[in-house]
Amino acid sequence: MILTTTVQIALGMMTLALLLNLWRLMRGPDTSDRILALDTLYINTIALMVLIGIYFDRQAYFEIALILAMMGFVGTAALCKYQLRGDIIE
Amino acid sequence: MFLAWIVAIPFLGALLPYGAVRLVPKQACGAAASLAAALVSTSALIIALSHTPDVFAGGEVHASMPWIPRIGLTLALRFDGLAMVFVLLILGIGLLVILYAHFYLAKSDQVARFFAILLLFQGAMLGIVLSDNLLLLLLFWELTSLTSFLLVGFDPRSIEARRGARMALVITGGGGLALLAGFLLLGSVAGSFELSEVLAAGERVHQHPLYLPILLLILLGAFTKSAQFPFHFWLPSAMTAPTPVSAYLHSATMVKAGIFLLARFFPVFAETDIWFYLVGGVGLTTFLFGAYIAIFKHDIKGLLAYSTISHLGLITFLFGLGTPLGAVAGLFHAMNHAVFKASLFMAAGIIDHEAGTRDMRRLSGLWHFMPITGTLAMVAAAAMAGVPLLNGFLSKEMFFAETVHHEWLGHLDWLLPFIATLGGIFAVAYSVRFIHDVFFGGPLQELDRTPHEPPRWMRIPVEILVALCLLVGIFPEQTVRPLLDLGVQSMLGFEPRYDLAIWHGFSFPLLMSLVALVGGLLLYRLRRWLFRAHDWVFPPTSGASVFQRLSTGLQLLARARMPHPTQASLQNSIAWLLLTTLVLAIWPLLPALWSLDVAGLSDWLMGLELSPLDVPSLGAGLILVVAAAGVVGLRRQRLQATILAGVIGLVLSLAFVHFSAPDLALTQLTVEVVTTILLLLVLYFLPQSDVARLSRWRRTRDLVLAVVAGTGVAALALVIMTTQTPSIAEYFLHAAKPAAGASNVVNAILVDFRGFDTLGEITVLAIAAAGIFAMLRGIRLHTPQRDLFGRPWSPDVHPTILAMLSRPLLPMALLVAVFMLLRGHHEPGGGFIAGLIAGIALVLQQLASGQQWSAERLRLNYTRLIGAGLLMALGTASAALLWQRPFLTSAFWHSESTWLGELELTSAMVFDTGVFLVVLGTVMLILDNLGRLSGHRQHGRRAGHQVAAHPAPVPAASAPALGSAPWKS
Repeated sequence: MILTTTVQIALGMMTLALLLNLWRLMRGPDTSDRILALDTLYINTIALMVLIGIYFDRQAYFEIALILAMMGFVGTAALCKYQLRGDIIE
Repeated sequence: MFLAWIVAIPFLGALLPYGAVRLVPKQACGAAASLAAALVSTSALIIALSHTPDVFAGGEVHASMPWIPRIGLTLALRFDGLAMVFVLLILGIGLLVILYAHFYLAKSDQVARFFAILLLFQGAMLGIVLSDNLLLLLLFWELTSLTSFLLVGFDPRSIEARRGARMALVITGGGGLALLAGFLLLGSVAGSFELSEVLAAGERVHQHPLYLPILLLILLGAFTKSAQFPFHFWLPSAMTAPTPVSAYLHSATMVKAGIFLLARFFPVFAETDIWFYLVGGVGLTTFLFGAYIAIFKHDIKGLLAYSTISHLGLITFLFGLGTPLGAVAGLFHAMNHAVFKASLFMAAGIIDHEAGTRDMRRLSGLWHFMPITGTLAMVAAAAMAGVPLLNGFLSKEMFFAETVHHEWLGHLDWLLPFIATLGGIFAVAYSVRFIHDVFFGGPLQELDRTPHEPPRWMRIPVEILVALCLLVGIFPEQTVRPLLDLGVQSMLGFEPRYDLAIWHGFSFPLLMSLVALVGGLLLYRLRRWLFRAHDWVFPPTSGASVFQRLSTGLQLLARARMPHPTQASLQNSIAWLLLTTLVLAIWPLLPALWSLDVAGLSDWLMGLELSPLDVPSLGAGLILVVAAAGVVGLRRQRLQATILAGVIGLVLSLAFVHFSAPDLALTQLTVEVVTTILLLLVLYFLPQSDVARLSRWRRTRDLVLAVVAGTGVAALALVIMTTQTPSIAEYFLHAAKPAAGASNVVNAILVDFRGFDTLGEITVLAIAAAGIFAMLRGIRLHTPQRDLFGRPWSPDVHPTILAMLSRPLLPMALLVAVFMLLRGHHEPGGGFIAGLIAGIALVLQQLASGQQWSAERLRLNYTRLIGAGLLMALGTASAALLWQRPFLTSAFWHSESTWLGELELTSAMVFDTGVFLVVLGTVMLILDNLGRLSGHRQHGRRAGHQVAAHPAPVPAASAPALGSAPWKS
């Protein structure tokens, strides 16, 4: 019971965090801010997945979270490399 | 089933020359490849010969296996007399051509490719003559057109070769389409596609109202293939092929495929007036026209090409007569022509090879330099002209006799012998011209080299063929009679009385022969006037140039019809696509929209039972909408738009998770990252800003299109999701476990139920990768030196922290990939997702530590990876055939083991591994090659090595190339 309520509150907060991430992503002002915002969006999504996984007690969500962590990193790394060098694979 | 090997061996053996070349040192490559090819042809010949006793004993050998029974396609073969005649020609001359080509191509480095295509052609040609099923025959028919295309365009650097190849393909391929239509009609009329049944249904076909269209369509196929007027022009253009190809395909075998068709269907179609007028008329026209034009060709091969056209016309005419004796003469001449014309082409090739030119205006007096070749060519040319004691004389005499004994044209009966004699005169004239202009006609003029006899063995094939001309010509009864009897027997169903004697006494046909000989010699004496008259009467035009103009015109027309020819842009294409879809989708709905009951609709909408809304879903929806609107607003700042598009992808995959589609979510997530990397790679070469502002009209158009299309899709989705109809999902859900042994239905559908689709998809993927590989090959693009804001790039090529962080990720990611692959059959995952994850993990290393760094540690040949994956999938799919199960049947095996616990293996697993390899190879190949587009930045690279903690930077030139990329420096 307590767990359910806690997770529900946490879910609401994570959703709010995602919206705030989007706010930063739209506002910028710098490209680096936007890349960071996207990265944070990924990280918060991981949290969201874990929370939903706890809520529904389903393992599949944890795996999604794992893949999200990996993919989010690669995406951010590619964007940052682009910022630094333009040519991302050299 | 033994019979099938005759056809299968050349197809399978086509790989052998490639293998042979790999095994031997470079200087022995040519010999190895030719030897391999000869071995393949010999094996096929031995198997064919092992069947001949049955046929000589009066039987037929049949072999049959169902392929696609539903459309009437069976792998049915028949080996009867007619097939045997052609099989012996194809394989016998094929062997001689391979020997000849070995010397002809001695200096080429493409020997393996040449022999591989030649063997493919051989297999296809054997398939045509052995097929006992119309659809199978057509399949092989098209294969010969394709291989001929590849052989004519063997040298892709020559524009003539490319043009000739395309022309041959368009004409013969177009004819093939007509043939397909004809066969389909014929099959429906006869009630079966089996040749035996079609041949037996001759009477029914005659009576049927569709007789004329069937005949016309099939004849169109035969005439285009056998270069009959007015489709003849592709043959001279195809002479750009290497001479062995001309000797084999374009005189001895492929062009005889049309003739073979006439012979095969002779009992079905002949003996009608329309057959006589059509086939006889076209044949006679071609005969006369080809013979006439041949006289004026200066290129030896051009002369031989038109002479081939003329002889094909002669044979067609003989079949067109519709009489048994005419068919006998036609078959006999087809055999004779193959023998003497192949030897003549080979002689022409020798002359070209040793003298450096084929232009008869430049050649003369070669007799002193190559007397043996000269003698051989002379005998063969005499056979072509119809000189007594040679094989050509016998069949031409039969031709003359047939024209005399014919009574179709009433009071115009004299016309046939007259035209025949006239054609005979032309034939003698061009034969004499070939011999006299090349070997005599004054001393040799200035040439690039001094001609001499060819290598001993290069002449052997010519000698054998010429010996055959003489043998058949002098001892026809003893040599060719038994074979011809068999061919005639199986073609007509009975054996008419005919005589192959050399001497019939003084008769009218003999007189025609004499007139032709004397007239031809006389015509050649008067050639100077003849040439002048020809130039004066006939404008210098040709079918080939008309075709060229026509096809260019068509292309221009198509280009002019395209919307916005100047703006071939993706946006425009999509706009047109959407517009077409919308029009097509809305049109049938118009009446319903007109009488739309708005109140009822809103009631229905209100009454829908919706799933309860939760906070995360609401938030995700909001993010999706804002991000999508943001991409539209920010589209002129490309990097920003890319980042926002990443958000959309992320939220989409969350939606998939929410609606319990974890496979889709995983795929979406991985594809999202690959897309981002791809976009960034391309973005580097695009202008960063200053994207032209779109006109107001364009923006309005796009907005309207997007809104209407989006609303339409949303409405469609709503309707589909709220309508309760029996769905096919139920079947898959129930069948997955018992039928495919899978708990993951999505994966079971991908690799089992719809495995054929997946096989097709990975093939398309592989083709796309190959296309990208070919197009990017050797391209270097200008690289911007500064970023969007004019700042110089960071000198830190591979930041240490990134490199160090990425490395441990590789084994973990690969582990995840293998995990996903292995469990795919039961839990979310599978080859596609695993391939993407592995690809991303490897690309990350290239990104963080550099391409060179990765190449030194992991040498992956992407093209081979893709090939291996395709073979693996195909192999698993076909393995089922070994157990007499349908293609792609999967097997699974379940066991309890003490050590490993519950163990379950399925063949779909191997199939999925194939998918994994193809996806991995494709992703890597595309990203890696795009990454190579940037020019060198030596300064940057060196810096990179220091940062990446390399003790000694390897000189770029000695670094092992990643993949099979030979341009890597």
